[in-house]
Amino acid sequence: MSNRIDVKKTYKLFINGAFPRTESGRTYEIKNAKGGFIANPCLASRKDLKDAVVAARAAQSGWNKASAYNKGQILYRIAEMLEGRRAQFVDEIVGVTGVTKAKADKEVIDSVDRLVWYAGWSDKLSSLSGALNPVAGPYYNFTVPESMGVIAAIAPEMPSLLGLIDSIAPIIVGGNTVVVLASTKAPLSAMSFAEVIATSDVPAGVINILTGKKDEIAPWMASHMDIDGFDISGLGAKSHGAVRIAGAENLKRIYSFKSADPGRILAFLENKTVWHPIGL
Amino acid sequence: MSFYGLVDGSQASLKKYLAALSGVDQTGADARAAMLATRSIKITSKRWAIDTAISMVDLTTLEGADTPGKVQALCAKAVRPDPTDSSVPSVGAVCVYNDMVAVARKHLDLIGGAHVGVAAVSTAFPSGRASMPVKIQDTQDALDAGASEIDMVIDRGAFLSGDYIGVFNEIVQIRELCGSRAHLKVIFETGELVTYDNVRKASFLAMAAGADFIKTSTGKVAPAATAPVVLVMLEAVRDFYQMTQTRIGVKPAGGIRNTKDAIKQLVLVNETAGPEWLTPALFRIGASALLNDLLMQRMKLDDGYYASPQYVTID
Repeated sequence: MSNRIDVKKTYKLFINGAFPRTESGRTYEIKNAKGGFIANPCLASRKDLKDAVVAARAAQSGWNKASAYNKGQILYRIAEMLEGRRAQFVDEIVGVTGVTKAKADKEVIDSVDRLVWYAGWSDKLSSLSGALNPVAGPYYNFTVPESMGVIAAIAPEMPSLLGLIDSIAPIIVGGNTVVVLASTKAPLSAMSFAEVIATSDVPAGVINILTGKKDEIAPWMASHMDIDGFDISGLGAKSHGAVRIAGAENLKRIYSFKSADPGRILAFLENKTVWHPIGL
Repeated sequence: MSFYGLVDGSQASLKKYLAALSGVDQTGADARAAMLATRSIKITSKRWAIDTAISMVDLTTLEGADTPGKVQALCAKAVRPDPTDSSVPSVGAVCVYNDMVAVARKHLDLIGGAHVGVAAVSTAFPSGRASMPVKIQDTQDALDAGASEIDMVIDRGAFLSGDYIGVFNEIVQIRELCGSRAHLKVIFETGELVTYDNVRKASFLAMAAGADFIKTSTGKVAPAATAPVVLVMLEAVRDFYQMTQTRIGVKPAGGIRNTKDAIKQLVLVNETAGPEWLTPALFRIGASALLNDLLMQRMKLDDGYYASPQYVTID
């Protein structure tokens, strides 16, 4: 029998490289599979979203200017940090979802591997999706993929960690910044993942993570004029229509994905075409 | 000059007047400013607050790289902050360096902005390190070019070394020069005055010397218009009103970049000096980036969704 005091963790949001509580002061309860209390994460409000978008916008041009090599290195660094803390993530996933340890372990390992896989895409994107176009004149004509800007994402409920990584990594690898709403039922690994990000040389504001209710935050993400794209993979199919209509008002590109593939990266890139005179 | 019967212009009387001031409780001022910053403003009041704040902005550009073109663009924005919405009020004034005053005045008159004033920063802004004849000539230039408001800096070195009468006499001379042609705003650069006691002292010194406005900062030094400093200055104008029945204006400048900050300033004014000060004639906010954020928050209230900086002008 130990006399130690139970040291409970406060799960907060991750905005602009810091861990603030929600401005609304609201929380909600997370219970384990047997109904026992686990934690009180923040119930983020639309104003937290607004703050996160301001941070993401401020960080975007700097992140976009980082070299592809550098961005790949930083994504790889996230994988390194996650690898070192695997045990904690396994415990959290088992605690919240009640899956077997082996299954949780597989999810965390897959998450690390997925990050490494996305990191590898960074310096290959422009060769694979760009082109040197034939034109009838004394010019070179290039098409290169460019970042879209600030992208919002709704992470799927399950798997909570691997799903979150699929909602973050493909967006940022091409130079976008992201505001992601984590799994509502299992947000703990998302907030622990924020601690991994905070120690991985990711510039403040490039990744911002909120926890809360999808149907409360998604409409504000869709209508926000300063969000350029929206990944709704984690949003229930019933809400897709309303969100697509709200997003159409401001010409937001809205996509939903079923799997992790390079298309997920390219969806949030735009093609820029450059003419350059030959001989100069 | 009357000096409101508070001082007779001699060193002895000024010393006595300043020595009689009560000290500022620094912890109390910090706590009160922090407490007032937590006031929640509801949507209906917010709309009023945003429009009031816009009408109080002294839209400022004080860069070495200012060009006539940039100043003209600033003037256009001052008259019609949102070209797509004519219900947005004009700002209080544009604030420019002396050599741009004529450009600004001419352009404002040309585009229907005769009601928008031109404020000139004078007396060797921002350091105030020049001889008195130079400062007088500097101010004279601005007045001749059509400035309706003069933002002068005090000699902080003289103030900090205790030469209060020197600072006082400089303000008196510039006040005389302005006469009825221009309002005089006196800039303390509170970031260099070190203590709240000094801020209060400088406030009373400037008010007795004839300032129409007292202004926190040049915008070139940080910290600038922090909430406790503005609180101390608002308490000073409130106390001065009780002594003399004269209302002196306050202008925080520097560091007020978003709507939240601006509304906090309005709360400070209302709760400290009183609602009589909630007019551009008695309260101004020196800012440049603030105006865009006010416009974006105004759009949010109108449209129901968050706005993007891509829909307001870059300046």
